[in-house]
Amino acid sequence: MQLTSKLLVAAAKVISGYTVRWKDSTPDTCQRIYFANHTSHLDGLVLWAGLPNHVRQLTRPVAAKDYWEKGWLRRHVASAFNALLIDRREVKVHQSPVDLMIREMDDKYSLIIFPEGSRNTKEEMNKFKSGLYYLAKKRPDLELVPVYLDNMNRILPRGEVLPVPLLSNITIGAPIWLEHGESKQQFLSRAREAIIKLRDDEE
Amino acid sequence: MLLKILSPFVFGFLEQTRDFILPFDEPTAWLIAAVMVLLIIGSFIGKLLERSSEERFNSAIVRSFNQRIRSWWLMCAILIAGLVIGKTGTVVLFGLIAFWALREFITMTPTRRGDHRALFWVLVVFTPLQFVLVGIHDDHQLFKVILPLLAALFVPTRIALANDEKRYLERSAKILIGILICVYALSFAPALLYLDIKTFVDGSEELWNDNNNKEKGLLFFFVLITQLNDVLQFGWGKLIGRNVIADRINTSRTLEGVIGAAASSALLGALFSWVTPFAFWQAAVIAVVISICGFAGGITMSAIKRDRGVKDFGTLIQGHAGILDRIDSLCFAAPVFYFVIEIFFT
Repeated sequence: MQLTSKLLVAAAKVISGYTVRWKDSTPDTCQRIYFANHTSHLDGLVLWAGLPNHVRQLTRPVAAKDYWEKGWLRRHVASAFNALLIDRREVKVHQSPVDLMIREMDDKYSLIIFPEGSRNTKEEMNKFKSGLYYLAKKRPDLELVPVYLDNMNRILPRGEVLPVPLLSNITIGAPIWLEHGESKQQFLSRAREAIIKLRDDEE
Repeated sequence: MLLKILSPFVFGFLEQTRDFILPFDEPTAWLIAAVMVLLIIGSFIGKLLERSSEERFNSAIVRSFNQRIRSWWLMCAILIAGLVIGKTGTVVLFGLIAFWALREFITMTPTRRGDHRALFWVLVVFTPLQFVLVGIHDDHQLFKVILPLLAALFVPTRIALANDEKRYLERSAKILIGILICVYALSFAPALLYLDIKTFVDGSEELWNDNNNKEKGLLFFFVLITQLNDVLQFGWGKLIGRNVIADRINTSRTLEGVIGAAASSALLGALFSWVTPFAFWQAAVIAVVISICGFAGGITMSAIKRDRGVKDFGTLIQGHAGILDRIDSLCFAAPVFYFVIEIFFT
């Protein structure tokens, strides 16, 4: 398993040639939610691989169960990067994705989530789903860290199987928190703006 | 019988070992030593400049000087490592450089979703293929013809099949230019190692690189002249530059810089001619040709970068110096240098 995860990190580096930029934040093992824009199946893997080793070991990407449980290879890969698989189709009472995430995080793990829900093919990011808000509400101690992944949609766009090994950027910004009295809509659009700002600063 | 089967392997092994123990012929070893000494002196001067007072020297220039020295160290180390491993090692090395350069190039130029499969072929299949062909060096010399044909015929077809007509011609052209400059042109540099070079002594022909290692010196000579020429052009331009050649493309490329660099490259070429099959005057003329090609590479890449609105490929992806910035002159000079040698010295 250790070997697979080392191989995964190497593969992610070769395929996406990422550079990591920590902007107004530093790597830390405190509990965080990294939330990023989502355009490619590689997103979770690349962001996870881009974290420093000691942080990576305590960070779990949240991924779709229906995709990652298909076939031996995907299952093996998902367990190598310690993915937290969420069933998108069947959301049960007391078993909502947010509850599951909080339970699995415990007081140890950080998570990588993609609040757009599914991979985006348009220029602009989709509206955020509300999971991020409920996570912030139930665990106000978590640092919510915005991440902008650049160029991933060109490396492995939606609907393609083979990646084109171009270069990409991972920009990790300053954490945000749920403000007192902030509504769900306000918070979600502020979180989305945080990623957009990282993108605009880059250009 | 067994002996018959084994003997080529044994001989091959012995040949490899000899190459390993004696990776360079003597003149090349001296040239490499000289470059090392110069780099050590350069690093030393860089350190001194860094420590001396800020007012006397422009700190930005000092920093870029030190950066350049560092990247030369790296380049020198990589090149020597490749040459020590042998011809195949050098070909693989240049293949990796070409791959990275094309990657930078395509990352910088916007492509559309419909180009994905064409780009996959280009980066993952054609680029390695070209260097495999260089390494095989078959009788038909396929590496000279296959890639331009694939770029001109296969790429537009693949993009057309993706069923997206928007800016079709422009998209095909971008990929085509990328392949030709970053991969095809650069592949002529390691191809130098496979030429049987002849010299004429007293009216009779003689094979120059009979001991297998002299051509490594020739490749080193070529890389050295292109790199020094880059700096000379910059230096002469700063010193006496008046007439900017194309101010909308690059304001630091001046006529004086180009002429000064060509003249001093000619001197350097003649000075280093002892690692090459050339006579003094031939080395000087060839160095001038390299110098002009290097200028062409620099100005072309400037135009592409200006078009895309980036200053250099290094700032595109923070944290590593852009490879394309360093090898643009190499790309343009390599095929010309190769054909000059093939036409006049084989």
